Amino acid sequence: MASLAQRKFISRIMTGLTALCAVLVIVALFAILAYILIGGVRYLSLDFLVNDPKPVGEAHSGIRNAIVGSAILVAVGSVIGIPIGVLGGLFLAETEAHKLASIIRFLIDNLIGVPSIIIGVFAWTAIVKPTGHFSGWAGGLALAMMMAPIVARTTEEMIKLVPMELREAALALGAPRWRVSLGVVLRTAAGGIGTGCMLAIARVAGETAPLLFTALGLGYLNTNLNQPMASLTYQIYYYATSPYEDWHAMAWSATLVLITMIFMLNIAVKFILRSKHS
Amino acid sequence: MTPQKQIEPDIQVDKNTTETAPGNGSQEVSGNDTTMYTTKPMSPELKQGQTAKAERRDQDNSKATTDHKILIENVNFYYGKSHALHDISLKIPSNKVTAFIGPSGCGKSTLLRALNRMHDLIPKARLEGRVELDGEDIYDPGTDVDLLRRRVGMVFQKSNPFPRSIYDNVAYGVRINNLTKSKADLDARVEKSLRGAALWEEVKDRLKTSASGLSGGQQQRLCIARAMAVEPEVILMDEPCSALDPIATQRIEELILELRDQFTIVIVTHNMQQATRVSDHTAFFWLGKLIEFDTTEKIFTNPSNQMTEDYITGRFG
Repeated sequence: MASLAQRKFISRIMTGLTALCAVLVIVALFAILAYILIGGVRYLSLDFLVNDPKPVGEAHSGIRNAIVGSAILVAVGSVIGIPIGVLGGLFLAETEAHKLASIIRFLIDNLIGVPSIIIGVFAWTAIVKPTGHFSGWAGGLALAMMMAPIVARTTEEMIKLVPMELREAALALGAPRWRVSLGVVLRTAAGGIGTGCMLAIARVAGETAPLLFTALGLGYLNTNLNQPMASLTYQIYYYATSPYEDWHAMAWSATLVLITMIFMLNIAVKFILRSKHS
Repeated sequence: MTPQKQIEPDIQVDKNTTETAPGNGSQEVSGNDTTMYTTKPMSPELKQGQTAKAERRDQDNSKATTDHKILIENVNFYYGKSHALHDISLKIPSNKVTAFIGPSGCGKSTLLRALNRMHDLIPKARLEGRVELDGEDIYDPGTDVDLLRRRVGMVFQKSNPFPRSIYDNVAYGVRINNLTKSKADLDARVEKSLRGAALWEEVKDRLKTSASGLSGGQQQRLCIARAMAVEPEVILMDEPCSALDPIATQRIEELILELRDQFTIVIVTHNMQQATRVSDHTAFFWLGKLIEFDTTEKIFTNPSNQMTEDYITGRFG
């Protein structure tokens, strides 16, 4: 048995090591933020957000098309993916067919783990190839395919948190089962489900691969879903891999804009969570 | 052991004539309308109509005077392989309070929940035997379970108001069963239920505030009001006071005594003194078997079964 001094020493070393690891993680995060901030601030201006891209070298170029495009694509993805996800999660949580539910749950978990590029390729094969052209629909659907399983799992977890007593109380009043599920259970879990949805949106807003072969990109503003559409992520990729110094700088700024938007979304989620619990 | 005061039948009939809202149809007609027959002679058609009406009423009365509301016959209940209730036979009398007592795990809550088919939620639960409400088998596959649950309401051990306003809580059952036609009707019903649960005076100014702002005792009374709002015939109470302080408990016990005239009440309780205070009949269970069922007075003063006597005197529990 080691002496008290020895045990204290080892304890202090372990504490130090674990603290160091935590610091390393934070340092990495701050390094990324710092790089983006330093690189991106140069081009950042109101013009940048409000103007469409101009030919290389011209002043007052902007990424409005990308911001709008991202917003539209994420919106389409949400409108399709969230209802499917929520109702799917409701089924998983409420069904009595437990065997079936665990199979579905397993498949969904695997689907969440599928690399997003494969989702992009699948969307290309399923939508772009038959229709013959890139489109915003394809991009939105690819995003929906990514969102639905995430939303389904978080919805299921939130619904499982609704206490049995609430369901029993509603049933004991003569409410039919479907009404209890949709009315009482879903309503009670609504806050948590909303949070899950917002997190899924934040996740999907930063995806590039699904949009690579589907919505592609466009140099000008386009809101027509039947045509290719710009997106922040794709634009960043496109500019960063181009040979132009200007565009590299714009890529940094676009990255800063993207990170800020996702950051703000996450903060909004935290804020809503806290106001619910207070 | 203080014997529980029995209310004499004729006093009960007197209470029927007051304006307190009647809970079930058969009660309204018991005793009062027979005076109709002693007035002036009737025309043949009128007499025929009256006879038909009398026959129908006598049928209702015969159910009432058969004096059991719920019949439980040779019921065996299984949770998967576990045999929870063994051959239970018992008749729950109408418009009385029946208490189920017994040590923990003896099956009283299981039997209570079987009366409004709450076990349907549990896939492994299985009931054999017969449970009848007003003579109709409630486990028949063709039974409308939602209607059954409206006729047989339930109040749970821990109060479980919905996370909505007080008004919406009481109105919930009424709304989903489409029991009222207008907002005024609904308002009236909510008020009536809250008055009936002795909660109206405390909450009338804050009906739209959240129900979670009420105290434990108030929440439980709200749950009782919510159950009453759909005008059930039977109210099942699963240890309604076990989570409450003594003063709240006393108020709920007073409430139960008031509600006895309108509803048939079955209450599961761990507290034997509570059973003596509120119930007319008591059933003693042990390890899933019904040991004795009799009037409360008899059970607590002169039980027929030795095990009952041992339990109520505290030799085991």
